[in-house]
Amino acid sequence: MRLNYPPNVRIVAVPCTGRVDMIHLLRAIEQGADGVYVAGCMEGECHFVSGNLKARRRVEAVKKLLREIGIEPERVEMFNVSASDGPRFAAVAREMTERVRGLGPSPLAKDHPLDLHLQAVG
Amino acid sequence: MVIAERKPIEEILAMVADFKKVLLVGCKGCVTVCCAGGTKEVGILGSALRIARKKAGNPLALVEHTLERQCDPEYIEQLAPMLENGEFDAVLSMACSVGPQFIAKRYLKQVFPALNTTFIGGSLEHGVWAEFCQSCGNCIIHNFGGLCPISRCSKSLMNGPCGGSSGGKCEVSNEIDCVWQLIYDRMTALGQVDRMRKIFPIKDWSTSRDGGPRKITREDLKL
Repeated sequence: MRLNYPPNVRIVAVPCTGRVDMIHLLRAIEQGADGVYVAGCMEGECHFVSGNLKARRRVEAVKKLLREIGIEPERVEMFNVSASDGPRFAAVAREMTERVRGLGPSPLAKDHPLDLHLQAVG
Repeated sequence: MVIAERKPIEEILAMVADFKKVLLVGCKGCVTVCCAGGTKEVGILGSALRIARKKAGNPLALVEHTLERQCDPEYIEQLAPMLENGEFDAVLSMACSVGPQFIAKRYLKQVFPALNTTFIGGSLEHGVWAEFCQSCGNCIIHNFGGLCPISRCSKSLMNGPCGGSSGGKCEVSNEIDCVWQLIYDRMTALGQVDRMRKIFPIKDWSTSRDGGPRKITREDLKL
Protein backbone atom coordinates (compact mmCIF):
# COMPACT_ATOMS: atom_id res chain seq x y z
CA MET A 1 0.00 0.00 0.00
CA ARG A 2 3.05 2.22 0.43
CA LEU A 3 1.31 4.26 3.10
CA ASN A 4 3.20 7.07 4.76
CA TYR A 5 3.40 7.56 8.47
CA PRO A 6 5.46 10.09 10.43
CA PRO A 7 9.18 9.22 10.39
CA ASN A 8 9.59 10.08 14.08
CA VAL A 9 7.87 6.81 15.06
CA ARG A 10 10.30 4.10 16.02
CA ILE A 11 8.83 0.62 16.06
CA VAL A 12 9.78 -1.90 18.74
CA ALA A 13 8.42 -5.31 17.78
CA VAL A 14 7.09 -7.69 20.42
CA PRO A 15 5.47 -11.08 19.85
CA CYS A 16 2.22 -9.91 21.48
CA THR A 17 1.31 -6.73 23.36
CA GLY A 18 0.81 -9.04 26.34
CA ARG A 19 4.62 -9.04 26.48
CA VAL A 20 4.69 -5.28 27.08
CA ASP A 21 5.31 -4.46 30.70
CA MET A 22 5.09 -1.19 32.61
CA ILE A 23 8.86 -0.93 32.76
CA HIS A 24 9.16 -0.98 28.95
CA LEU A 25 6.95 2.10 28.65
CA LEU A 26 8.63 3.84 31.58
CA ARG A 27 12.10 3.19 30.17
CA ALA A 28 11.09 4.86 26.90
CA ILE A 29 9.87 7.95 28.78
CA GLU A 30 12.91 7.90 31.07
CA GLN A 31 15.24 7.81 28.07
CA GLY A 32 13.62 10.85 26.58
CA ALA A 33 10.91 9.56 24.22
CA ASP A 34 8.29 12.28 23.83
CA GLY A 35 5.56 9.66 23.76
CA VAL A 36 5.12 5.92 23.61
CA TYR A 37 2.14 3.96 22.45
CA VAL A 38 1.22 0.34 22.28
CA ALA A 39 -0.43 -0.91 19.09
CA GLY A 40 -2.19 -4.14 19.91
CA CYS A 41 -4.62 -6.31 18.01
CA MET A 42 -8.33 -5.55 18.08
CA GLU A 43 -10.02 -6.54 21.33
CA GLY A 44 -11.39 -10.06 21.07
CA GLU A 45 -8.88 -10.97 18.36
CA CYS A 46 -5.76 -11.67 20.43
CA HIS A 47 -4.06 -14.87 19.29
CA PHE A 48 -3.14 -15.41 22.95
CA VAL A 49 -6.70 -14.57 24.07
CA SER A 50 -6.05 -11.62 26.37
CA GLY A 51 -2.61 -10.13 25.65
CA ASN A 52 -4.01 -6.88 24.31
CA LEU A 53 -6.43 -6.56 27.24
CA LYS A 54 -3.56 -7.00 29.70
CA ALA A 55 -1.50 -4.44 27.76
CA ARG A 56 -4.32 -1.91 28.05
CA ARG A 57 -4.45 -2.33 31.84
CA ARG A 58 -0.67 -1.88 32.04
CA VAL A 59 -0.83 1.25 29.89
CA GLU A 60 -3.49 2.61 32.25
CA ALA A 61 -1.24 1.82 35.22
CA VAL A 62 1.64 3.70 33.58
CA LYS A 63 -0.64 6.67 32.88
CA LYS A 64 -1.62 6.74 36.56
CA LEU A 65 2.02 6.57 37.61
CA LEU A 66 3.05 9.34 35.21
CA ARG A 67 0.24 11.55 36.48
CA GLU A 68 1.59 11.06 39.99
CA ILE A 69 5.05 12.22 38.99
CA GLY A 70 3.94 15.21 36.96
CA ILE A 71 4.37 13.83 33.41
CA GLU A 72 1.40 14.21 31.06
CA PRO A 73 -0.30 10.77 30.95
CA GLU A 74 -1.34 11.50 27.37
CA ARG A 75 2.24 10.79 26.36
CA VAL A 76 1.39 7.11 26.76
CA GLU A 77 -1.49 5.43 24.97
CA MET A 78 -2.96 2.09 23.94
CA PHE A 79 -4.38 1.62 20.45
CA ASN A 80 -6.03 -1.37 18.87
CA VAL A 81 -4.99 -1.91 15.25
CA SER A 82 -5.74 -4.99 13.23
CA ALA A 83 -2.54 -6.48 11.80
CA SER A 84 -4.01 -6.21 8.29
CA ASP A 85 -5.21 -2.62 8.69
CA GLY A 86 -2.31 -0.58 7.33
CA PRO A 87 -4.33 2.61 6.90
CA ARG A 88 -5.33 2.55 10.58
CA PHE A 89 -1.73 1.91 11.64
CA ALA A 90 -0.67 5.03 9.71
CA ALA A 91 -3.63 7.01 11.09
CA VAL A 92 -2.73 6.04 14.66
CA ALA A 93 0.89 7.06 14.06
CA ARG A 94 -0.27 10.44 12.80
CA GLU A 95 -2.79 10.85 15.65
CA MET A 96 -0.21 10.09 18.32
CA THR A 97 2.41 12.27 16.63
CA GLU A 98 0.01 15.20 16.55
CA ARG A 99 -0.99 14.64 20.15
CA VAL A 100 2.59 14.56 21.34
CA ARG A 101 3.51 17.52 19.17
CA GLY A 102 0.75 19.40 20.95
CA LEU A 103 2.18 18.42 24.34
CA GLY A 104 5.63 19.54 23.28
CA PRO A 105 8.97 17.81 23.82
CA SER A 106 9.46 15.56 26.78
CA PRO A 107 10.72 17.46 29.82
CA LEU A 108 13.32 14.70 30.06
CA ALA A 109 14.74 15.33 26.58
CA LYS A 110 16.22 18.75 27.20
CA ASP A 111 19.22 18.05 25.00
CA HIS A 112 17.19 18.00 21.80
CA PRO A 113 13.99 19.91 22.41
CA LEU A 114 13.15 20.37 18.76
CA ASP A 115 13.16 16.71 17.86
CA LEU A 116 10.02 14.72 18.32
CA HIS A 117 10.60 11.18 19.39
CA LEU A 118 7.84 8.65 19.47
CA GLN A 119 8.06 4.99 20.17
CA ALA A 120 5.49 2.52 19.01
CA VAL A 121 5.36 -0.85 20.65
CA GLY A 122 3.43 -3.70 19.16
CA MET B 1 2.97 -14.36 53.29
CA VAL B 2 3.43 -10.77 54.34
CA ILE B 3 1.35 -8.57 52.05
CA ALA B 4 2.53 -5.05 51.35
CA GLU B 5 1.84 -2.25 48.92
CA ARG B 6 3.92 0.60 47.63
CA LYS B 7 3.59 3.96 49.30
CA PRO B 8 2.33 6.79 47.09
CA ILE B 9 5.14 8.07 44.83
CA GLU B 10 4.64 11.56 46.23
CA GLU B 11 5.41 10.33 49.74
CA ILE B 12 8.51 8.47 48.57
CA LEU B 13 9.74 11.50 46.59
CA ALA B 14 9.35 13.65 49.71
CA MET B 15 11.37 11.12 51.74
CA VAL B 16 14.35 11.22 49.41
CA ALA B 17 14.01 14.89 48.42
CA ASP B 18 17.23 15.89 50.18
CA PHE B 19 19.31 13.03 48.79
CA LYS B 20 21.24 12.75 45.52
CA LYS B 21 22.49 9.17 45.62
CA VAL B 22 20.06 6.51 46.72
CA LEU B 23 20.27 2.72 46.79
CA LEU B 24 16.87 1.14 46.10
CA VAL B 25 16.78 -2.34 47.59
CA GLY B 26 14.16 -4.94 46.70
CA CYS B 27 13.42 -8.28 48.37
CA LYS B 28 12.86 -11.64 46.69
CA GLY B 29 10.68 -12.91 49.55
CA CYS B 30 7.02 -12.22 50.28
CA VAL B 31 6.96 -8.82 48.57
CA THR B 32 8.09 -10.37 45.29
CA VAL B 33 5.22 -12.84 45.45
CA CYS B 34 2.69 -10.11 46.27
CA CYS B 35 4.16 -7.91 43.52
CA ALA B 36 5.07 -5.03 45.80
CA GLY B 37 8.85 -5.00 46.15
CA GLY B 38 10.57 -7.54 43.93
CA THR B 39 13.00 -6.92 41.07
CA LYS B 40 10.17 -5.86 38.78
CA GLU B 41 8.67 -3.35 41.19
CA VAL B 42 12.15 -2.02 42.02
CA GLY B 43 12.61 -1.31 38.30
CA ILE B 44 9.30 0.50 38.01
CA LEU B 45 9.77 2.61 41.15
CA GLY B 46 13.38 3.36 40.24
CA SER B 47 12.39 4.54 36.79
CA ALA B 48 9.52 6.65 38.16
CA LEU B 49 11.75 8.32 40.73
CA ARG B 50 14.45 9.08 38.17
CA ILE B 51 11.87 10.54 35.78
CA ALA B 52 10.32 12.73 38.50
CA ARG B 53 13.66 14.03 39.75
CA LYS B 54 15.04 14.64 36.26
CA LYS B 55 11.92 16.60 35.38
CA ALA B 56 12.36 18.64 38.55
CA GLY B 57 15.90 19.48 37.45
CA ASN B 58 17.34 17.66 40.44
CA PRO B 59 18.55 14.33 39.02
CA LEU B 60 18.66 11.36 41.33
CA ALA B 61 21.47 8.83 41.05
CA LEU B 62 19.55 5.70 41.93
CA VAL B 63 20.96 2.19 41.83
CA GLU B 64 18.65 -0.82 41.96
CA HIS B 65 19.54 -3.99 43.82
CA THR B 66 17.33 -6.86 44.97
CA LEU B 67 18.36 -9.14 47.81
CA GLU B 68 17.33 -12.75 48.31
CA ARG B 69 15.65 -11.63 51.54
CA GLN B 70 15.91 -8.60 53.78
CA CYS B 71 14.86 -10.41 56.95
CA ASP B 72 18.13 -12.34 57.39
CA PRO B 73 21.39 -10.62 58.37
CA GLU B 74 23.51 -12.66 55.94
CA TYR B 75 21.70 -11.12 52.98
CA ILE B 76 21.81 -7.62 54.47
CA GLU B 77 25.57 -8.13 54.71
CA GLN B 78 25.72 -8.32 50.91
CA LEU B 79 25.05 -4.58 50.79
CA ALA B 80 28.34 -3.83 52.56
CA PRO B 81 30.38 -3.17 49.38
CA MET B 82 27.79 -0.61 48.32
CA LEU B 83 27.03 1.02 51.65
CA GLU B 84 30.42 1.20 53.32
CA ASN B 85 32.25 3.32 50.73
CA GLY B 86 30.14 6.46 50.90
CA GLU B 87 28.70 5.88 47.45
CA PHE B 88 25.12 6.37 48.65
CA ASP B 89 23.49 8.99 50.86
CA ALA B 90 20.40 6.97 51.67
CA VAL B 91 18.70 3.60 51.26
CA LEU B 92 15.14 3.05 50.10
CA SER B 93 13.89 -0.43 50.96
CA MET B 94 11.08 -2.18 49.11
CA ALA B 95 10.81 -5.00 51.65
CA CYS B 96 8.21 -5.31 54.39
CA SER B 97 9.17 -3.10 57.31
CA VAL B 98 11.57 -5.75 58.62
CA GLY B 99 13.94 -5.00 55.74
CA PRO B 100 14.57 -1.30 56.33
CA GLN B 101 14.97 -2.00 60.05
CA PHE B 102 17.60 -4.67 59.38
CA ILE B 103 19.44 -2.38 56.96
CA ALA B 104 19.34 0.50 59.46
CA LYS B 105 20.63 -1.77 62.21
CA ARG B 106 23.61 -2.87 60.12
CA TYR B 107 24.56 0.39 58.36
CA LEU B 108 24.76 3.96 59.60
CA LYS B 109 22.67 5.30 56.74
CA GLN B 110 19.35 7.02 56.48
CA VAL B 111 16.91 4.25 55.54
CA PHE B 112 13.39 4.80 54.16
CA PRO B 113 10.52 2.34 53.70
CA ALA B 114 9.02 2.41 50.20
CA LEU B 115 6.21 0.03 51.17
CA ASN B 116 3.41 -0.07 53.67
CA THR B 117 3.36 -3.51 55.28
CA THR B 118 -0.31 -4.34 55.30
CA PHE B 119 -1.21 -7.80 56.58
CA ILE B 120 -0.51 -11.53 56.61
CA GLY B 121 -2.60 -13.04 53.88
CA GLY B 122 -2.90 -14.86 50.61
CA SER B 123 -3.96 -14.20 47.06
CA LEU B 124 -7.62 -14.72 46.13
CA GLU B 125 -6.80 -14.29 42.43
CA HIS B 126 -4.11 -12.54 40.38
CA GLY B 127 -3.84 -9.02 41.78
CA VAL B 128 -6.14 -9.54 44.77
CA TRP B 129 -4.91 -10.29 48.28
CA ALA B 130 -6.81 -10.69 51.55
CA GLU B 131 -5.99 -10.98 55.22
CA PHE B 132 -6.11 -14.45 56.75
CA CYS B 133 -4.00 -14.20 59.90
CA GLN B 134 -3.08 -11.55 62.43
CA SER B 135 -0.43 -13.61 64.18
CA CYS B 136 -2.24 -13.79 67.52
CA GLY B 137 0.29 -16.41 68.56
CA ASN B 138 -2.15 -19.17 69.49
CA CYS B 139 -3.93 -20.70 66.51
CA ILE B 140 -7.49 -21.81 67.17
CA ILE B 141 -8.89 -22.21 63.67
CA HIS B 142 -9.53 -25.94 64.13
CA ASN B 143 -12.44 -25.01 66.41
CA PHE B 144 -14.07 -23.03 63.64
CA GLY B 145 -14.00 -25.28 60.61
CA GLY B 146 -10.52 -24.13 59.71
CA LEU B 147 -11.48 -20.46 59.40
CA CYS B 148 -9.97 -17.75 61.55
CA PRO B 149 -12.45 -15.57 63.47
CA ILE B 150 -9.61 -13.48 64.90
CA SER B 151 -8.37 -12.08 61.59
CA ARG B 152 -11.46 -12.46 59.48
CA CYS B 153 -14.17 -11.19 61.86
CA SER B 154 -14.13 -7.40 62.14
CA LYS B 155 -14.64 -7.75 65.91
CA SER B 156 -12.43 -10.84 66.30
CA LEU B 157 -15.37 -12.53 68.02
CA MET B 158 -14.81 -15.95 69.55
CA ASN B 159 -18.55 -16.54 69.74
CA GLY B 160 -20.32 -15.19 66.71
CA PRO B 161 -21.96 -14.02 64.65
CA CYS B 162 -22.98 -10.62 65.94
CA GLY B 163 -26.08 -8.69 64.95
CA GLY B 164 -24.17 -7.00 62.16
CA SER B 165 -24.13 -10.13 60.01
CA SER B 166 -26.56 -9.75 57.14
CA GLY B 167 -26.91 -11.88 54.02
CA GLY B 168 -23.50 -13.41 54.71
CA LYS B 169 -21.82 -10.00 54.78
CA CYS B 170 -20.31 -7.94 57.57
CA GLU B 171 -21.90 -4.64 58.54
CA VAL B 172 -18.49 -2.98 58.26
CA SER B 173 -18.52 -3.42 54.48
CA ASN B 174 -20.39 -5.35 51.83
CA GLU B 175 -16.96 -6.38 50.56
CA ILE B 176 -16.29 -8.36 53.73
CA ASP B 177 -17.74 -11.83 54.11
CA CYS B 178 -19.08 -12.53 57.60
CA VAL B 179 -16.62 -15.21 58.68
CA TRP B 180 -19.14 -16.48 61.21
CA GLN B 181 -21.56 -17.18 58.37
CA LEU B 182 -18.73 -19.02 56.60
CA ILE B 183 -17.94 -20.91 59.81
CA TYR B 184 -21.60 -21.90 60.22
CA ASP B 185 -21.85 -23.03 56.59
CA ARG B 186 -18.65 -25.04 56.82
CA MET B 187 -19.48 -26.63 60.19
CA THR B 188 -22.86 -27.61 58.73
CA ALA B 189 -21.21 -29.13 55.67
CA LEU B 190 -18.77 -31.02 57.91
CA GLY B 191 -21.69 -32.32 60.02
CA GLN B 192 -20.22 -30.58 63.06
CA VAL B 193 -22.65 -27.73 63.55
CA ASP B 194 -23.43 -28.98 67.07
CA ARG B 195 -19.89 -28.00 68.04
CA MET B 196 -20.92 -24.40 67.61
CA ARG B 197 -22.95 -24.68 70.86
CA LYS B 198 -19.69 -24.52 72.75
CA ILE B 199 -19.02 -21.12 74.32
CA PHE B 200 -15.40 -20.10 74.04
CA PRO B 201 -13.87 -18.09 76.88
CA ILE B 202 -12.28 -14.71 76.41
CA LYS B 203 -9.13 -15.15 74.33
CA ASP B 204 -5.80 -14.92 76.11
CA TRP B 205 -4.04 -12.17 74.19
CA SER B 206 -0.73 -12.55 76.04
CA THR B 207 0.62 -14.54 73.07
CA SER B 208 -0.24 -11.67 70.77
CA ARG B 209 1.07 -8.10 70.89
CA ASP B 210 -0.29 -7.68 74.43
CA GLY B 211 2.80 -9.51 75.66
CA GLY B 212 5.09 -6.94 74.03
CA PRO B 213 7.41 -7.62 71.07
CA ARG B 214 7.74 -11.34 70.54
CA LYS B 215 10.79 -13.50 70.04
CA ILE B 216 11.35 -17.18 69.30
CA THR B 217 14.60 -18.91 70.24
CA ARG B 218 15.33 -22.41 68.93
CA GLU B 219 18.37 -23.80 70.70
CA ASP B 220 18.42 -26.78 68.32
CA LEU B 221 19.02 -24.48 65.38
CA LYS B 222 21.61 -22.18 66.87
CA LEU B 223 25.11 -22.33 65.40
